[in-house]
Amino acid sequence: MAAKMEDSTRGSGDSSVTSSNMTEIPTVAQIIERQAASGESSAAGGGTGPPGSLHHPGFALFKQGAEARLYRGTFLGRPTVLKERFSKKYRHPRLDEKLTTKRTQGEARTVARARKAGIPTPCIYFVNYQSNCIYMEDLRCATTSRDYIVAVQSVGAGDSFRALQPIMDKIGKTLATMHDGDIIHGDLTTSNIMLKQDASATEPEVVLIDFGLSSVSQLAEDKGVDLYVLEKAFLSTHPNTETLFRIILKSYTKHSRKSKDVIKKLDEVRLRGRKRTMVG
Amino acid sequence: MAKVKPQDIDCVAYTKGPGMGAPLVSTAVVARTVAQLWNKPLLGVNHCIGHIEMGRRVTGAVNPVVLYVSGGNTQVIAYQLKKYRIFGETIDIAVGNCLDRFARVLKISNDPSPGYNIEQMAKKGEKLIDLPYGVKGMDVSFSGILSYIEDAAQSLLDSKQATPEDLCFSLQETVFAMLVEITERAMAHCGSEEVLIVGGVGCNERLQEMMGIMAAERGAKVFATDERYCIDNGAMIAQAGWEMFRTGHVTPLVDSWCTQRFRTDEVEVTWRDDSGEPI
Repeated sequence: MAAKMEDSTRGSGDSSVTSSNMTEIPTVAQIIERQAASGESSAAGGGTGPPGSLHHPGFALFKQGAEARLYRGTFLGRPTVLKERFSKKYRHPRLDEKLTTKRTQGEARTVARARKAGIPTPCIYFVNYQSNCIYMEDLRCATTSRDYIVAVQSVGAGDSFRALQPIMDKIGKTLATMHDGDIIHGDLTTSNIMLKQDASATEPEVVLIDFGLSSVSQLAEDKGVDLYVLEKAFLSTHPNTETLFRIILKSYTKHSRKSKDVIKKLDEVRLRGRKRTMVG
Repeated sequence: MAKVKPQDIDCVAYTKGPGMGAPLVSTAVVARTVAQLWNKPLLGVNHCIGHIEMGRRVTGAVNPVVLYVSGGNTQVIAYQLKKYRIFGETIDIAVGNCLDRFARVLKISNDPSPGYNIEQMAKKGEKLIDLPYGVKGMDVSFSGILSYIEDAAQSLLDSKQATPEDLCFSLQETVFAMLVEITERAMAHCGSEEVLIVGGVGCNERLQEMMGIMAAERGAKVFATDERYCIDNGAMIAQAGWEMFRTGHVTPLVDSWCTQRFRTDEVEVTWRDDSGEPI
């Protein structure tokens, strides 16, 4: 919070959003910088943590998610994130093994496919199918779109919409490219959509992560559900952002070749739940 | 009998929805009638909110992620900024509906309930049959699993690849793993350390056990109730109605209608502050 106060007094000199009345709204680069400085980065940045985990010498745990642990270290001389899927004791051992293997394989395959389709996603260096570990590129200079939206919204309600608009536009375009490549992410949330901006870059880049629930499909139905999952996650994580989400859909519609069928399916899926309010 | 006289009552709470039309209408008519006879204010209550508030009251859970599972609903709910927000839910049929319809395939008795009988048979099952697994982000889908098992059940039984008990076991293990997974995702998402299970399917002890293991692994606590409170009851409408009434809600007579479709996140939660504490 203190950092924000400083920023607001500094003026808009280095802001990528060029509007004079937006002096208080932070840029993606500023958020990344801020998180790196405070060591609170949720997904990337310079946090080093205690050295050496028991199972992965040279790697330090920096995040424990619902089904995987993330370690940071060096692999073949490159800064690397190690993602280890661990066993979930609550489910039947056979089901557990099936899901863990399937998701590790699926993630590795889809990331390769996504990169081929031109979607920025961390490069995979190595996969160990015995221990269900994926070694991938460590995204430096990145933040989650979730953190960015929260940071921008906490500053100003009216201006935040205009500041976030270009980012939403880019997210929509990236999703369009992904679906045109017949890739279904399966778990789109604002935490899985990263914003990366290297020191040399003038604009942030959208990077998709966490393809564990992904699949390959040409069906408009699957793509519609994919967008529906994002819509739900988006609106529940960031209350009162309906207009913001609409920009993503608008940009998606503009950039995707088959958007008409997908958006039609999205409308259908929205009405499918049993207790949805029906109007008309 | 509760031995309560009309003058002991502050207000009349009734279920505004969601639910089946006929029972909702009959209850609304009765509620309107007694409220006018006794000259008491009326309160239309959301059925799902009733489950949540009763669960919190009985278990003492403060700010839990709620898994609401019944024959008509499958939702993962968490409180955020004056609303019970739905983080995950079924995108087709409810988990209880899936279990009930499967019971019909195996001709399992409805006494006392199909879900209870599946639970008892599943205890004797040993073999896990591969079933589709339908988690999509924080949402789940059961219709594919149901179609699959409806198609496959007879041939699996005929060829002795599985017993009816094995099928019950496999279905339970699969659908409950899905429910626990999306609940854990929601907990990670909200940073919550409590989970509350409500709704009829919440009576299932295997589901409670799996949720308990998940919670223990992440240092969280699980809260569940037995069939007295899990299954629909009138007290839960009174409990939610009381929370609403004490924070200024009243339903005017002209608005005392009911509706089959009424989302959990449409209700303004006036009885909790922004951080979730009671007001």
